[in-house]
Amino acid sequence: MDILRFITAGSVDDGKSTLIGRLLYDSKSILVDQLEALEKQSKNKNADGIDLALLTDGLRAEREQGITIDVAYRYFSTPKRKFIIADAPGHVQYTRNMITGASNSSLIIILIDARAGVIEQTRRHSIIASLLKMPHVVVAINKMDLVDFSEERFNEIKADYEKVAAQLKLENVTYVPISALLGDNIVDHSETMSWYTGPSLLEFLEAVEVASDINHTDPRFQVQYVIRPQTAELHDYRGYAGQIISGVYKVGDKIKVLPAGIDTSITKIEVGGKEVNEAFAPQAAVLHIADDIDISRGDTFARADNLPKVGNEIEVVLCWLDNKPLIQGNKYFLQHKGRLLKTIVREVAYKLDVNTLERIPAEDGVKLNEVVHATIKTAAPLVYDDFATLSDYGNAILVDETSNSTVAAVLLN
Amino acid sequence: MGEYTLDYLEQLEAESIYIFREVAAQFEKPALLFSGGKDSITLVQLAKKAFAPGKIPFPLVHIDTGHNFPEALAYRDALAKEVGAELIVRKVEDTIKQKHLTEPKGKFASRNWLQIHTLLDTIEEFKFDACIGGARRDEEKARAKERIFSVRDEFGQWEPKLQRPELWNIYNGRIHKGENVRVFPISNWTELDVWNYIKKEEIPLPSIYFAHEREVLEHEGQLIAVSDYITIDETDVISTKRVRYRTVGDMTCTAAVESSATTLDEVVNEIMATRISERGETRIDDKVTEAAMEDRKKGGYF
Ligand SMILES: Nc1nc2c(ncn2[C@@H]2O[C@H](COP(=O)(O)OP(=O)(O)OP(=O)(O)O)[C@@H](O)[C@H]2O)c(=O)[nH]1
Ligand SMILES: [Mg+2]
Repeated sequence: MDILRFITAGSVDDGKSTLIGRLLYDSKSILVDQLEALEKQSKNKNADGIDLALLTDGLRAEREQGITIDVAYRYFSTPKRKFIIADAPGHVQYTRNMITGASNSSLIIILIDARAGVIEQTRRHSIIASLLKMPHVVVAINKMDLVDFSEERFNEIKADYEKVAAQLKLENVTYVPISALLGDNIVDHSETMSWYTGPSLLEFLEAVEVASDINHTDPRFQVQYVIRPQTAELHDYRGYAGQIISGVYKVGDKIKVLPAGIDTSITKIEVGGKEVNEAFAPQAAVLHIADDIDISRGDTFARADNLPKVGNEIEVVLCWLDNKPLIQGNKYFLQHKGRLLKTIVREVAYKLDVNTLERIPAEDGVKLNEVVHATIKTAAPLVYDDFATLSDYGNAILVDETSNSTVAAVLLN
Repeated sequence: MGEYTLDYLEQLEAESIYIFREVAAQFEKPALLFSGGKDSITLVQLAKKAFAPGKIPFPLVHIDTGHNFPEALAYRDALAKEVGAELIVRKVEDTIKQKHLTEPKGKFASRNWLQIHTLLDTIEEFKFDACIGGARRDEEKARAKERIFSVRDEFGQWEPKLQRPELWNIYNGRIHKGENVRVFPISNWTELDVWNYIKKEEIPLPSIYFAHEREVLEHEGQLIAVSDYITIDETDVISTKRVRYRTVGDMTCTAAVESSATTLDEVVNEIMATRISERGETRIDDKVTEAAMEDRKKGGYF
């Protein structure tokens, strides 16, 4: 059994929370007492029947306003898989919370209201999916009950979205017509939409292949923490703990410690306190090396024949996540996994119009939820990969040094 | 599937170990809040693995309400000794005396709310900048919303509408003086994941997690252990039943479930078959209002 992490996206009221409620409900993952509580609240809200969205809208403000404000995580499993679902808010104002959920998912379900078709927020979330290189996209065309379960309408929206997908170079897009409210094609096949012969949403989620999303060819490891017990028995023990970000490390591998550029080799590998011959992504491991080198948190171990980039002037895409605008020339901290470097945002080249994908000038500053191309300069060389080729080592965040807030998602180029 | 695949428990374990190491690397004075329950026992096991062969580089802190199961306390002391960690115990009783706090009244008067005062005082006393807890997002709707690194102000308050974005597995632990971070390494585990992990790793548990005979009183369908901490009325029906606990909290507010499961396999089978959630079946403190947990978190609770 493995894990599939996915996120639901789409505009306000497209039915994301209802869909998750339905998935949990129809897969019998909601327990009796939760259902009772739900029935009680639904009555309070004067909705007819039970309001499935209340299962994830856990904050008081959310229940009062009937919208999702921040990501809620829900869990369920079938005999095939464990699922971790991020229920994202659809409201433009909360796009940054949607990005939080998306960054930890390998599949995105983009909901479209069948009455409205492809709208601006559909495009915005699709752009985020494409920027973040989400490996799998499902377009769930919802509220089919409100368009007479029409095949024609489904095909129309599908054709519209195919244009968006082509423009954004989204691959692996799957289309499913659903009614989250009534349960059509969520777990069971719809009786009224017999014209649709593809899998139900859950069948698709159970079958989609995700194991190959992890890169096992380019070894990347960043030192997270140095283990030095310094006790009598373990006097000389010195292990470098960290997660294997990608690839495989074997005892005997010749490696380079970066950014210093020193050559050495791996003498021992431990996982969970036990010695092993090799470790692979995403295991949390402890590596030992042959030479006594000055190594600290943030250093990279890479194989001499497969090196990442090293540089201090880097082109980046920034998704701005803070209420305070980005100020060109301001200093921030760049956090790349465990490495923290002082950084200046040098030049903002252009903004991306999330509706048309056009490049627009960034003269009037960069505000919350905007996406820009920029150049940053770091105080010391950064060891990284292109987000496009090795996303797990090509992502970072910007932290405001005065407020300590996380102000941007950074995609390195 | 290729040869380089992890099963779901191994994936969860790797994620949790990564989080533990981030805490040790980013903070000056972290602490692991230990309650004696299965979730915090799992935390200790994960911390052991994260820092092996070294010791866990932070103390275990227990906020003792004085209403604990004796079995849980004995287990706590033995575990701290085994892993060689410093054990810090601070008692709610003492805070009540020092600060003249008013104890809640009622049949199953719980010190759950008062616990916050002792917790915040302990954080202040030791200047802890990160407190690691065993909360899981599947437990409750407000918890389902919380980040893995959850920044709290100097009153310990959670601001659910202003959480930091938490991108990929990059954890921003930078805080101002006086603030602290609550860290939840097993956020993405479900109750069943925890049980399956305990089974796989053969982690010993306090005996109350397995079926045993106990004097209980039945209250609105729930079984509460007879103890000195609850008020027993003449009309109460007390009987001896074969029970186990699904979660271990205070004796006043944790209910037992009838069970004959004496091994981990049997417990896991019972949990898989149950149609009632962990909190719904065993916690009598969450039923008060719909937003009970959100309110408590905003007030500094875990
Ligand atoms: N008729 C019909 N109504 C639906 C369907 N799915 C959802 N709805 C209704 O649409 C409304 C909004 O649903 P939610 O699930 O709260 O929408 P959301 O996408 O989560 O909204 P935000 O999280 O605030 O962005 C509710 O009244 C639902 O009952 C559907 O398939 N058919
Ligand atoms: Mg919603």
